[in-house]
Amino acid sequence: MAKVATRVSYGEALVKYGVPNENVVVLDADLSKSTKTDTFKKVCPERFINMGIAEADMMCVAAGLATCGKIAFASTFAMFAAGRAFEQIRNSIGYPGLNVKIGATHAGISVGEDGASHQCLEDIALMRTIPGMVIINPADDREAQLAVKAAIEHQGPVYMRFGRLAVDDLYDDDYKFELGKGVMLRDGKDATIVATGLLVQEALKAAKILEDEGISARVINIHTIKPLDEEIITAAAKETGAIVTAEEHYIMGGLGSAVAEVVCKNAPCPVKIIGTEEFGQSGKPAELFEAYGLTAENIVKNVKEAIKLKK
Amino acid sequence: MDAKRITELSIIANKVRKDALTGVYSAAAGHPGGSLSIADLLTYLYFEEMNIDPKNPTMEDRDRLVLSKGHTAPALYGVLAERGFFDPAEMKNLRKFGSFLQGHPVLGKIPGVDMSTGSLGQGVCVAGGMALAAKLDNKSYRVYSILGDGELEEGQVWEQAMFAPHYKLDNMTIFVDNNGLQIDGDITKVMNPTPIDKKFEAFGWHVIVIDAHNYNEIESAINEAKATKGKPTAVIMKSVKGKNVSFMENNPAWHGSAPNEEQYNQAISELDEIIKGLEAQL
Repeated sequence: MAKVATRVSYGEALVKYGVPNENVVVLDADLSKSTKTDTFKKVCPERFINMGIAEADMMCVAAGLATCGKIAFASTFAMFAAGRAFEQIRNSIGYPGLNVKIGATHAGISVGEDGASHQCLEDIALMRTIPGMVIINPADDREAQLAVKAAIEHQGPVYMRFGRLAVDDLYDDDYKFELGKGVMLRDGKDATIVATGLLVQEALKAAKILEDEGISARVINIHTIKPLDEEIITAAAKETGAIVTAEEHYIMGGLGSAVAEVVCKNAPCPVKIIGTEEFGQSGKPAELFEAYGLTAENIVKNVKEAIKLKK
Repeated sequence: MDAKRITELSIIANKVRKDALTGVYSAAAGHPGGSLSIADLLTYLYFEEMNIDPKNPTMEDRDRLVLSKGHTAPALYGVLAERGFFDPAEMKNLRKFGSFLQGHPVLGKIPGVDMSTGSLGQGVCVAGGMALAAKLDNKSYRVYSILGDGELEEGQVWEQAMFAPHYKLDNMTIFVDNNGLQIDGDITKVMNPTPIDKKFEAFGWHVIVIDAHNYNEIESAINEAKATKGKPTAVIMKSVKGKNVSFMENNPAWHGSAPNEEQYNQAISELDEIIKGLEAQL
């Protein structure tokens, strides 16, 4: 089974779907070897713009390009995109609703050894607060590539969250990606695990462990965190009566919060949110996932607790 | 430029000043000082220079202007109104609930506005993106941006100051409204951005220093910018904040406060006097 980091998928998808579209322009802030936009640069140097280490300027230049009909992909680490350039994204991209695509790589704690300064665990929360911003957090190579394709086809701002860590394939070549639609990977009746990004694999592992213990867990992959697929979440709440969310992100403002908002509104039931609660540290991704509870075992534990809370 | 045309433009610029003050007075909020200082430049650009069409504000190959110092929207709205993008009578709805004339410029909502601005430092970077788009598409439209001198204290201005010369954006001209004052006072005392001309020169710009209220100098600077190849141009305009309203001139108190009724009436009568004098010259 192939193991590909979604940042690599980003670079390849920019070539596959971006090169044929003459309006696509790729910007990077001196990280093209890491964000993998250098893959695009190699075949299409005339539409690759190195901004230097200047993320604020990059977001605004992307906005300017978009006002002139370009589809600008602004690429850097999630920390410096959603974090450093938040207000530029908010005021120069979000407010005028411009057709800018933010390719944010090295998101989450799986950045690993670089440590907490580079482990962006708040980007989903930040981007969710911008009206009209679409947020995609793909779970594997195939999904990441199709997310880029969907971003090109979507008119308006999109934030794409990619990882540094190589991940197993979740989907085969027949997978159809639909922006804004959750994917039920496994049906179940006792509880639902709603996961995104790297935690989707852990959710599937957790469901298997639970099955062995006689608990039937539904697993939903939410690749589009905004707009959230309210239908699939509401149905899960109604039909299984307990939800556990799992994400490589701070517990406030991310997928868990988004799911809880929908559940509260449409079909109140227990919701347990798995994510980080403090700054990370240096270490191997697997060590960090273990240390911060981003594991199948912790999901299992939370599912059992959530089921106990059911009326 | 012939004297008659200068007189005509001066009349328009003072009407723009009246529009701006009417807006700020009606809203009881806004930024009159820096609006009055850029009225002559905006008038020249929109009435003499820019390839624009009030009937087709989103014309694809139009010249673009990004008001990076977005708080001086009253002057931009005034010139757009005088140029026919919308009815000048709308100025009295500035900043009012439900009005399209928002406190700061908004793309897509206000005919003729090319970018949403208001958060300082961002507009000039957006202008860089527009100029780059023109280069990528081999188009000949030009991109203008107006910055405040206090705005130069924003770090991202200098990110763009590196970018535009690096990509040889000679289709981009920026104007620094060098009125010397920001909210908290003298720019050199708050956070000294001088020498402004030498800074831009060092970053690789073609730099021209002019009097912001002299149409011949504005015209020749813009022509020089158009003739300058391989680098963008920064025009540093020595201006008078609150220009042409006696009690507002060079007073930082008028950066962001609205006149009361008496002050408004006095300002309007001063501007009407100036317009009357100019009309007598025609």
